[in-house]
Formats: sequence, C-alpha cells, structure tokens
Amino acid sequence: MGESLIRAVDGISIRVPAGEFLALLGTSGSGKSSLLNLIAGLDRPTSGAVVVEGKDLAALSRAELAQHRLRTVGMVFQSFNLIPSMTVIENVELPLRFAEVERSRRDSLAREALERVGLGKRLDHRPTELSGGEQQRTALARALINQPKLLLADEPTGNLDSRTGTEIMNLIREFNESLGMTVVMVTHERALAERYVQRLIFLADGKLVDDQANVAVTAAQGGRA
Amino acid sequence: MKAYDLAELAVRNLRESILRNSLTTVGISVGVASLVAMLSLGIGLQQLATRRLVKSGLFDTVVVTSRRDLRNFNRSDDDNNAPAPAESPALDEPARAKISQMANVVEAYPDLRFITSFTFDSKPHLTMVAGIPASYKNNDAFEGMQGSFFSSDIAPEVILQKAFAAELLGKTAKPGSDEIAIAEIAKPLLGKEMTMRYSERVDASGSASDGVTGDTSTYSIQSHELQLKIVGITDLDPDSMRGSARARVLLPLNLMASLHAIQPTALRDTTQAASRVPTYSTVSVRVKNPTQIQSVEDAIKKMGFNTFSMLDATRSLRKFFAIVDVFLGVFGSLALAVASIGIVNTLVMAILERRREIGIMKAIGASDVDVKKLFFAEAGVMGLFGGILGVALGWTIGRVINVGTNVYLKQQSMAPEQIWFVPWWLVGGAIVFAIVVSLLSGLYPASRAARLDPVQALRYE
Repeated sequence: MGESLIRAVDGISIRVPAGEFLALLGTSGSGKSSLLNLIAGLDRPTSGAVVVEGKDLAALSRAELAQHRLRTVGMVFQSFNLIPSMTVIENVELPLRFAEVERSRRDSLAREALERVGLGKRLDHRPTELSGGEQQRTALARALINQPKLLLADEPTGNLDSRTGTEIMNLIREFNESLGMTVVMVTHERALAERYVQRLIFLADGKLVDDQANVAVTAAQGGRA
Repeated sequence: MKAYDLAELAVRNLRESILRNSLTTVGISVGVASLVAMLSLGIGLQQLATRRLVKSGLFDTVVVTSRRDLRNFNRSDDDNNAPAPAESPALDEPARAKISQMANVVEAYPDLRFITSFTFDSKPHLTMVAGIPASYKNNDAFEGMQGSFFSSDIAPEVILQKAFAAELLGKTAKPGSDEIAIAEIAKPLLGKEMTMRYSERVDASGSASDGVTGDTSTYSIQSHELQLKIVGITDLDPDSMRGSARARVLLPLNLMASLHAIQPTALRDTTQAASRVPTYSTVSVRVKNPTQIQSVEDAIKKMGFNTFSMLDATRSLRKFFAIVDVFLGVFGSLALAVASIGIVNTLVMAILERRREIGIMKAIGASDVDVKKLFFAEAGVMGLFGGILGVALGWTIGRVINVGTNVYLKQQSMAPEQIWFVPWWLVGGAIVFAIVVSLLSGLYPASRAARLDPVQALRYE
C-alpha cells in the first residue's frame, strides 16, 4: 500500500535463556515493539531467524504461527486489548475456545487464572466497567490461561498510574519467579524496568545499542534503598 | 474452534450490532418470503389444475374409435402403415371385452348416445341422451350435483344437465343475466317422472340384436316409451371430451345398453356387412394410473383401432407448470440476491468495525481459519434466521393471496379453491437455500477478515 521499506529491526542478535526477565528499552520508533511482534509470531522477519523453543518462526506457516501464539506465547498490551463485548471471564477463556478446550474445564481454568490476578469477584463485568488496573489484570489472566512458556508485555504499565503499574509489575514478576515464565517486556521507563528485570537491552533505530545483564541485583540494592 | 463455540460467538457478535444485523436478516427473509410465496402459488395452481384434470377423467382415459369410422379422431401420422379402413377390425362387443381384459385397464365402456325426445309435463323436448358408467359417480362433474347418483346401473333413473332441466321448467337464462341457481331448478324436478321415447332396432326375423344369421339390411324399427325418475341435476358437463356431441340427459349405462336403441352410427352399419353383435362408435377405456396411458394406448393401437388420450396435453401442461415454477423461482430468487448483497455489506462493515477485535483474537491465538469460520458462522446464522422468518412470511403472504382470491371467487359465485400450497420440501429447501446464499455472501468478507494483518489491526484505533 505504498509503504516504503523501513528496517524496524536490523541486525539484532540476542539470546534469552528460559526463565529470564528481560526489558527492551528505547525511544518510540526504536524497533522494540517490532522485535516483540517478531517474537510473538505476529510478524515475520524479511530475513534472519527468530527461534523460540527450538522452532524458527520465520519458517512456520500462518496456521503454525497461530498455534505458536496460542500455546507458547502470552501477550499483554499497553491498551489492554480486551474485547469490549465480552465479560471478564469470557475474555479470559477466549484463547481456550481457540484451543478447543471443553466448556466446563474452560470455566474453571478461567476462574483460577482470575483468582491468581486478584479478580475473582468481577467475572461478569464488561471491560469498560473496570479500572485500568483491573483491565490489565484481566489481560494478564488471559495471557496466562494457556500456560505459555513466554510472556510478552508491550508497555504493560503505559496506561496506568504508578501505583497500579507497580501492582501489575509485581504480578508479572511473580509469574516469572513462581511459574518460571520467561518475560520479555517492552518499555521506555528505564527506572521501572531497572526495579524488576534481570537484563536490559537498549535499542535505537532498530539496532541493538546496549545489553546489560544482572540489572535487578544492582537495582534492588540502589533502587529500593 | 468447536461448532458450538462458533455458533455462540456468532450469535453474540450479531447481537452486538442488533439493528444492522436484524435489518440484514429481515432483508434475507423478504427474499426467502418472495421465493416461498411465488413457488407456493405455482405449486398450488399446478395441484389445482392436476386435481381437476385427474378427477375429470381426462388424464386416465383413452378414447378408442374404429378406423372404419370416418368421423374418428384421425391421427394420420400414426396411420401410415395401418390397414385400410375397410380391413380394420370392427369396434364391437368382443373387441370391448378384450380391451377391458388388458393389463392396467380398469374398465372399458362403450359410448352409447342418441338424440331423442322426452316428454315432461306433457311437453316434448328433443335432446341428446347418453349412458354413463357407475364409475362416473366419482367424476368431479357430479361434485355440485343436486339429488343423488343412480341407485343402480340398471335403474330407470335419469340425471339432467342443468340447462336442460331449466328448459323443462321453461326457465331459460337470458344472455347477460345471472345464471339460475341450481338448487332452485332442482327442487321442483327431483323425484318427478319423465318419459323417454326411443327407437329399438329389431331384426326382421324377430328378436332384437341376438341374431346369428340373417340379412342385416332387413330390420325394422320399433318405437318405445320408458318412464324415468329424475334423481339428479348436475351443473357441469361430465362429457367435456366429446365436444359438440354433448348429452344433456344421462342414463345408467347398462340401462342404456339394454334398450338396443339405434345409434347414430347404425345407419352406416347397415351399408356394411356387419355382424349382429353390438358395434360401437367409441369405447372409453379407463386406465389405473395416468402413467400407464401410453402402454395401454399402444396395445390398443396394435389391435387395429385408433386411440386418443390427453397424454400429450398433460405432458405439455406439466412442461408449462415446470416453466412457470422456474420463472416464479427466478423472480423470487432475485429478491434473495438483493438480500445477499446486504449480507456482504453488513459483514464488510463488521470487518471494519471489528478490525481491532480480529487483531486481538489473532494475537491471542486465533488462526486464519478460526476468524474465517466466525464470519462464516455469522453469515450462516443470519441466513438461518432469515430463512425461518422468510418461510413464515412467505407462508403468510401465500395464505393472504389465497384468501383474497377466494373472496373474489365468492363474489363471482364460484367455489373456493386452494391455489396455494407449501410442501415440506419447500420449507426445508427455502431455509437451506437462504443459508447457502448467506454463506456464499459471507465468502468474501470472511476471507478478507482472515487475511487481516494482526499487527496493523492492533494498531488501528
């Protein structure tokens, strides 16, 4: 559609070990969201490889990519991306519909996931009746429901005040620690990232600028003091 | 996605923009309704025509004539290799008996008729009299008859045609004025006696028509009178196949045969060396089923007789109704075609509106097929509801037209008729058709939705 070719992600080579909590940092347009979309299987690289769990996403068919998004990856977004016509519990169990899980099992799994994010009581509300924090909790429950290995978060606190943002970040850290889930988070708030993540990757103009490991250890000492 | 989940999601999505989707569904239902109404009227009219014709005996009757008879229904194409008229067999009693024994033949009865004079209320009336078999009781010509059918096939009873009955009473309808009601005529006549004068053919040697030998050219004519009781007045002509030679007075066939009255053809018989057994100008053969007409006709032709049936006429009649049905169906479908454009429009609009939703579904794991199926299911559900609603609407429209027609028929003092019929296959077929049309309309929107790029769709606000 007349779009000129932009190299959103160019020559980045990173390796994320299982269980790592990692943040992609950069200004807008730096290519951090594009990189996240590539890992999520929402987009395909024009060249190179994105290997998740031993599979090269660039070589997968559209249907296989859908399976990757369904089973391997859970996503949360800055704007929550809940379906407004569905209630909280329906939103959460939607991935299970695509996974063809039985209705009764779907219901109990969705309740469980919502309990986990502290939303056990607002099951039948519509997203618009919830606060931002509650909506993001719902989105987190939805991302968790298929027990993915990888949680991808695109500016998860971008639309939240700092207190609610902290609550959400605590939840994400809990998933990372208790479920052993690998987390890749896109953010432009360096201070927030430093408080939670183990590794920071800086991008600019689609290129990798810096890669700092073991951040949270130092940040925990300085940041929380 | 499982079918049930799919249907549930489809219905919930349709409910989200209830007004637009209802209007689209109403559009489909109007299309289906016009289809159902058109076809139900076509089918109803066809059934009406068939019912009338089968009952009239036209469909299951073969008329047999001798090739000797110059006035027969000569079908020259068939007769090219037929024997010359003089050599062909006579249509006599043995021939009739033989035909009546043929497979699939219900009965074969001779056409006995002559013109004679009746006396009623000491006034003479000249008219054609004909014998009719007992099986005519079920002929629809006697549907609106006043009085009753003959008590037996030999009873000295008579059924009068309405016009003749009116003549007996001296009531002739003036042209242009309303017809006289049949009940009005029947009342003073039923149960009354009338006298028929007829001429019996008697051989010079003595008794009538039993002769084995003798010279046919010498016979005499004896005049007789017979008292007959009027048992029925009929409105319609049971004899419509015979054109101008219509009888206005009907007698039981066996009674008629026992009279040995001179037939119009008898005059010609005298010039031929005919046997003394009764010879008929025409024998009517009733067949078990209209479909067997052809085989019976062929068999009779092989015997050397001419045959005539309405088979050709019915064939073209069926063709006519098939064409009518196609035309009505096409016009009905046009409305459905317009409705299908409505479905395409609605679903394409839905894609634009739900772009983001589609993106979200894809992001959390919906495949292209899932998205396609969902839009397909929505089209299908609209088709299903539209179909059901449409059948109900079409049924109502057909019924209203039927009632309206009957009101009109009543004003014209005609009997009510069922001109509209919705068979079960039409109900099922129309709903299935609506669903199929809707699914076809959903093809393009569904594949367009499936192809949507999730990254772009999620960016869309």
